[in-house]
Amino acid sequence: MRGLQWFNALSTGATAVEGLPASLKVADGVLGGQPVRFIAVVTDPDNRFPRARNGEVGLLEGWGLAKAVDDAIVRGDQRPIIAIVDVPSQAYGRREEALGIHQALAAAADSYARARLAGYPVIGLLVGKAMSGAFLAHGYQANRLIALRDPGVMVHAMGKASAARVTLRSVEELEALAASVPPMAYDIDSFASLGLLWETLSVSQIEQPTADDVARVGDCLLKAIRDVDGRDLNGRLGASNRAASSHVRQLLREQW
Amino acid sequence: MTDLLNKHSFVELGARQRARALLDSGTFRELIDPFQRVMSPWLSRQGVVPQADDGVVIAKGSIAGLPVVIAAIEGNFQGGSLGEVGGAKIAGALELAAEDNRKGIETRAVLLLETGGVRLQEANLGLAAIADIHAAIVDLRQYQPVIGVVAGSVGCFGGMSIAAGLCSYLVVTREARLGLNGPQVIEQEAGLEEYDSRDRPFIWSLTGGEQRFNSGLADRYVADDVAQIQQTVTALLQQGVPAQPRSRQAEYYLARLNALDATPQIEPATVRALYQGERS
Repeated sequence: MRGLQWFNALSTGATAVEGLPASLKVADGVLGGQPVRFIAVVTDPDNRFPRARNGEVGLLEGWGLAKAVDDAIVRGDQRPIIAIVDVPSQAYGRREEALGIHQALAAAADSYARARLAGYPVIGLLVGKAMSGAFLAHGYQANRLIALRDPGVMVHAMGKASAARVTLRSVEELEALAASVPPMAYDIDSFASLGLLWETLSVSQIEQPTADDVARVGDCLLKAIRDVDGRDLNGRLGASNRAASSHVRQLLREQW
Repeated sequence: MTDLLNKHSFVELGARQRARALLDSGTFRELIDPFQRVMSPWLSRQGVVPQADDGVVIAKGSIAGLPVVIAAIEGNFQGGSLGEVGGAKIAGALELAAEDNRKGIETRAVLLLETGGVRLQEANLGLAAIADIHAAIVDLRQYQPVIGVVAGSVGCFGGMSIAAGLCSYLVVTREARLGLNGPQVIEQEAGLEEYDSRDRPFIWSLTGGEQRFNSGLADRYVADDVAQIQQTVTALLQQGVPAQPRSRQAEYYLARLNALDATPQIEPATVRALYQGERS
């Protein structure tokens, strides 16, 4: 519910955008005088696709996010887009695979990337889980990523139980490895060490943000918007825990 | 029978041989080749032996005289999974191809996708690299076609299935599978009744290359034959960028999904009829 709480708190007085799946919350509002579009994926117990009722990013969510972002691009006003990220996973199900959930998520990533390339500042605000394909579709194409500092805020490629099974380890072994291998960790401080976040900040009540929490996060979002100085993702390179990513690019350029 | 004897399997080739087979004779030039030993900094400390090319081959050359960069994933190393180095090789190559186009050099890209997605031993750095790959495909695709080929036998899954969905054109064979989630993970998350990972005919009927093509989720369906794949890729490169890539058709797909009765469990024929109508 964090995604919905933060969406509601930040978008007070905003105009809801209609015509989208019920699992998407989209609104045009103002942040410190700056017009912005807020987008969140939320739970929908009545979702027609049963595997996408708990906030997962599924077929309707992927294509719906694409529509919500495309709709902003068509307007041509370069209004910043704030993706509020609290996505437990992509939807796992037969209908999803059969109907091409990969294509739905591609559409969402496509739209966010095109918005960024068209000069729309895109900011990802991580208030809960940012898992795997769900995060790739909703947030990971942002110019700037901001994470709230809280044990419930985590970025990962796969849940612990599944990751342990796929890599033929116990959950305990996985956790022990994660403690010494930063990209495998589930906590936000380890993730921050990879250089992918622009900022982390603490709030007093992440589940039910106070007025002060909302004001501080709003300030941080505005600073992030003003900090956007390009249309690529190069701001994520440079951390020592991601040195190989820079090294490989340098070698490619030399040998190109 | 003659036909069968004249065919050369593409699926049986490794990543480097595949790239070489697609490029004009004598034009193959590998970047960061295995002798430079740029390997994963994360695998050995977890008891996994790294590979000198990290399972990704980047080759420049030409196809029918057109400048091309090929990124080929080696499905035999760690299931074609993408870690930091392999992911950065693909993202970096696509970024340079886009930069070429901004300078007036019309470099195109071909992605040979045999991958389970993120390498879990490098989890978040694999995921970050895949986000970079998505960004770079969308950027390059503005100028030139980015062609994805899923030949088999690994197939294309996870975050890289999203990359496949971003390509200007997607080529599949009967040996290809394309899906977001691997069958075992779906079974674990959703249960055996939802998805039986051991029922191979069932999985192929939903995610196999033929079904994807017949559902409009792939653009070309080809035999496992080097010459046919080479000719198909060449023709698509010459065709230029499509009017509207599949990943930009939200209105169409939302309308189709709205027309679906989602209550009963789904059958392959339902998907073909829903997405292709009379064409299926």
